[in-house]
Amino acid sequence: MIILMAKYILKRILYMALILLIVTTITFFLLHAIPGDPITAMVQDLPEETRQAYLRTYGFDRPIIEQYFLYIKQLFTGDLGQSLRYPGRKVADIVANYSPVSALVGGISLVIGVVLGLLCGILAALKSDRWPDRVIMILALLGTTIPTFVIASVLQYALSVTWPVFPTTGYNGAKYLVLPVLCMCLGPLATYARYMRSSMLDVVNQDYILTAEAKGLSEGRIVFKHMLRNALLPCVTMICVSVAGIFSGSFIVESIFSLPGLGRYFISAISDRDYFVVLGLNVALTGIYVCSILVSDILLMLLDPRIRVKGKGETG
Amino acid sequence: MERLIKSDFVIEGPDKTQEIPFDSVPVTYGRDAWNRFRKNKVALTAAILLLLLIFMVIFGPIISGYSITESTNTAIRNNPPDSKHWFGTDTMGRDLFNRVCVGGRVSIAIGFFGAVIVTVLGSLYGGFAALLGGKADMVMMRIVDILSSIPNLLVIILISVIVDSKGIGTILFAMTVTGWCPTARIVRSQMLQISQSDYCLAARLMDISPLKIVIRHLIPNTMSVIIVDATFRVPGFIFSEAFLSYVGLGIQPPGTSWGAQAAGAQGMFQFYPWQLLFPAGMIALTMLVFTLLGDGLRDALDPRLRR
Repeated sequence: MIILMAKYILKRILYMALILLIVTTITFFLLHAIPGDPITAMVQDLPEETRQAYLRTYGFDRPIIEQYFLYIKQLFTGDLGQSLRYPGRKVADIVANYSPVSALVGGISLVIGVVLGLLCGILAALKSDRWPDRVIMILALLGTTIPTFVIASVLQYALSVTWPVFPTTGYNGAKYLVLPVLCMCLGPLATYARYMRSSMLDVVNQDYILTAEAKGLSEGRIVFKHMLRNALLPCVTMICVSVAGIFSGSFIVESIFSLPGLGRYFISAISDRDYFVVLGLNVALTGIYVCSILVSDILLMLLDPRIRVKGKGETG
Repeated sequence: MERLIKSDFVIEGPDKTQEIPFDSVPVTYGRDAWNRFRKNKVALTAAILLLLLIFMVIFGPIISGYSITESTNTAIRNNPPDSKHWFGTDTMGRDLFNRVCVGGRVSIAIGFFGAVIVTVLGSLYGGFAALLGGKADMVMMRIVDILSSIPNLLVIILISVIVDSKGIGTILFAMTVTGWCPTARIVRSQMLQISQSDYCLAARLMDISPLKIVIRHLIPNTMSVIIVDATFRVPGFIFSEAFLSYVGLGIQPPGTSWGAQAAGAQGMFQFYPWQLLFPAGMIALTMLVFTLLGDGLRDALDPRLRR
């Protein structure tokens, strides 16, 4: 069983590495398909000789295939590259400096959103078609339909302009995080509430719940032991994907509240045409995404008894 | 022995005249779905609201009495809503109701066409993957895995930078180029699930040609999933377009969309809140309508709920 699992995990890791390589390749060529060279994009009136010199320094004068292999080689040594616009600023440092803020805001809001969302979903499912269900579902629907920047603007206006409780923008301590977290947790909260509710209602109609009821188990036991465990399974996959998203941050929230996060940096790097930063960040973010999918696969394997049975069947 | 003749027999029970005529018109799937949809008040309200929205964005400018190409008027800049300008005026002194209608045409068009494009591409791709099966299916689905691993936002931004034009066409292309992947996955898994169902097995046992099984069972049973998915995708595209406009890569002036209007008004929200609230409210309303409509369609089209 353990050997089988190790084999499976190894296979997944290799597959994920392949995906990462292909995504990097696609991004590399897409970036190089942008018209104009990166030096001209940054400094317009450079004398021709200086421009050529810069192109040579960064290797932009070489054939694109050669540039590609050089880049891949560099990646394998663990170097994500450095900024063109701000020489000396390494992509790894950028990730190290900017992602903690994104991860902090994103992480707190995700935890709040997921926990409250799941609770709301469970409550709604247990009281389905009665008033708690109705109220929760209407609120969840509104939460998914109102654009983030509207929620952000309204919160900012209400809680820092008309009623100054929290600072408007910036990042200087816990107080500055309240509004961004508040506005980022609403999305996951609404999504998970809706998702958990339908997942629970799916489980209610399964045969094993009927069996449990027929056995005369108490309602609490049925809900906690049989329904919750099974209903949470589909949510695990979703949570892992959401976790991958917190490192990249939310561009809108970060820019409205002027937080020094990765999302904001990413967009500004694209508009700056800071090629290597975009590429490096993309490699890092795709890496995180791919890893979290791997983690979700492994978690599902550990949690879902049906998958385990299948594994046993294969060995024997 | 006496011979039996017809008059010896007497008909017992109800005679022919009292028989209730059998309703020979069968209830078709479409009719049944429509009946169920009609009874769903929420979904029906959503559908009517959607029609009203479409009516508003098409005929709104005629009703408001201001022309679409209305010139700017510095005398009435940033006026709050009143009887003359229902939604107030924008920073250039244009009637906001008018602008919202014009922007709505673009937003709804992007949502609609985006959903149509990804649905057609995704259904064909997912359908073929499921039908071909084996190695072809595996390769096709691995391609989907790879395409969906690229951050969506990066693809959209890179393509709009590369193509270097910011028309509706470019935005649609950028959003749909990897946007069909989820649809392909849904359609494939639905097709596989149906082809393993008992009635497909029965059809195969009855030696019905594979093509006929596809046309008779697989496609109609996948249709409902596709329609529901398409409905849910529409608001996503409207939302993405709003986001792109926010980043500055969306519709450019003189063109406009709800996203562009909301993004433009965001900076001055504290002074002229209505300039943000009206376009943003329209985005929220449209998303709400499509979500409710999708929920209603899912219930109406689900053949398991058929009575």
